Amino acid sequence: MKTVELRTPLDDKQISNLESGDKVFLSGEIYTARDAAHKRLVELIENGGELPFDLKGAVIYYVGPAPARPGQVMNSAGPTTSYRMDVFTPLLLEHGLKGTIGKGPRSIRVRESMVENRGVYFAAVGGAAAGIASSVRQAEVIAYDDLGPEAIRRLVVERMPLFVVNDTKGNDLFEQGVAEYRRED
Amino acid sequence: MRELDVAKVTEAVRDLCIDTNIHLPDDVKKALRDALAKEESPLGREILQVILDNHDIAEKERMPICQDTGAAIVFLEVGQDVHLTGGALEDAVNEGVRKGYADGYLRKSMVGDPVMKRKNTTDNTPAIIHTRIVPGDRVRITFAPKGGGAENMSEVRMMTAADGIEGVKNFVVDRVSRSGGNPCPPIVVGVGIGGSFEKCAMLAKEALLRPIGEPNPDPEFDRVEKELLRRVNNLGIGPQGLGGRTTALAVHIRTVPCHIASMPVAVNIQCHASRHGERSI
Repeated sequence: MKTVELRTPLDDKQISNLESGDKVFLSGEIYTARDAAHKRLVELIENGGELPFDLKGAVIYYVGPAPARPGQVMNSAGPTTSYRMDVFTPLLLEHGLKGTIGKGPRSIRVRESMVENRGVYFAAVGGAAAGIASSVRQAEVIAYDDLGPEAIRRLVVERMPLFVVNDTKGNDLFEQGVAEYRRED
Repeated sequence: MRELDVAKVTEAVRDLCIDTNIHLPDDVKKALRDALAKEESPLGREILQVILDNHDIAEKERMPICQDTGAAIVFLEVGQDVHLTGGALEDAVNEGVRKGYADGYLRKSMVGDPVMKRKNTTDNTPAIIHTRIVPGDRVRITFAPKGGGAENMSEVRMMTAADGIEGVKNFVVDRVSRSGGNPCPPIVVGVGIGGSFEKCAMLAKEALLRPIGEPNPDPEFDRVEKELLRRVNNLGIGPQGLGGRTTALAVHIRTVPCHIASMPVAVNIQCHASRHGERSI
C-alpha cells in the first residue's frame, strides 16, 4: 500500500501503477454522474450521439451534491452507492473511461471490464460529504440541468482523498479486507 | 380541546429538517467514537476518523453531514385532545419539508413517478408521514431523514413459526452480509418481528430510533440483540465494507403479536449517519 498523487486525465501508465489498498489524492477535472445521467449517456452512445464530455482518460464521480449556498463552490458531496451504475459502466470503460469513484462493491462484470479496458475504481468515504466538498475548487453543470442533483457537473478537484478498490490486475479491496477481519462465530 | 395552528407544525418540521441533517444525536457520535477505540483495522480506523471529522466540519460550516439528506420520514403522534386549525395536517408537514429543504440547502431527492418518468419533485416532497392518535393534548413530531443507499439494503420476509428465533437471527445476519459495503457501514440494524406484512416494516424503522446503548426492555430480546451484534461484526465487513471489526453499531429489535400462521420479519438498515430528532408542541 502506497500513497499516490494522481492528476486527470488518467492514462494506462498511471493506472497500471495503482494497486488495491493504495491511498490516492486525485486532482484535476472530473465529472459527476449517477443513475439518471448514466442512462442518458449510454443511450447516447448506443444511438451514436455526441457525449457532453470526452470519456478518454476521464473519471466519473457517482454523486448528487446538495445545492450550493450563495458564494459556496460546493455543498456536501459524498459518493453514492456504485452497484446501481454497474449495468452501464462496461460500455463507458470500452469508450475510454478510466476511473470511477463511489462507495460499495462492483459487479464481477464491471471488475472484468476494468481488467480488459484498464480502468480503476476508487472508494470515497460515504457520508463524509462535508469534508469531501472542501477538495472541490470549481463546479459547473455541463449537461442535463433538468435532472437537478443528478445533472452532469464538471468539477475541478484538488487532492481529493480516495482509496483504490479495484486495480487493473483484478484485485478487490472489499474481498481482501473482509477476508482479513472475518471471524467464525 | 387545545387548539393548535398547523403553522406550528410547519415551523417545527422545517427546523427539524435542517437540524437533523447537520447534527447527529449524541448517542450515535459516542458509538462511532467507541468503535474507533476498538477497531482493529488501520484502514477501518482511518475511515472512522474521517467520519468523525466530518461531523465537526458539518456543524462548523452548517453543511449537511451527507449529501443524501434523505426521504423525509415523519412520525406524528397527535394527542386526541388537540384540535388542529389553519389547514390540513399533512399539507402543513409537506410545507415544513419544502421550507426546510430550501432554507437548509438540502438535497431534493424525491421523484414524482417512481418508475416511468422519475422526475424530481424539486422540493423533497411528499414526506412519508406516519400518524398515530394518542392520549394527551400535544403533538409530537419525530423527523428521520433516510438515505437511499441504506434503505435499498432493507427487506421484509414472511417467515413461519417453524423458522423460530434461529431463523430470524440467520435472516438478519444474511441480510447484513449481502449488504456488504453498500449501506455505508458501520450501520444500525432495525428488526421488526410480528404484526403483518406492513406492520413489521414499521417496527423495524421505529427500532432505529431507539438510542444506541439503551438496552431492549425485554431481557430475552436484549440477549438476541447482543448476539446478533457480535455475529454481524464477525462478518468482517467493517467501516465502508473495506474490512474491519465494526460492521454495525447496534442491532435493535421490536416485536408485536401476530397471526398463528405468520411470523413477519423486517430488517431496516440505517447508515452511520443515523439522523433523527423530535419536537413536542
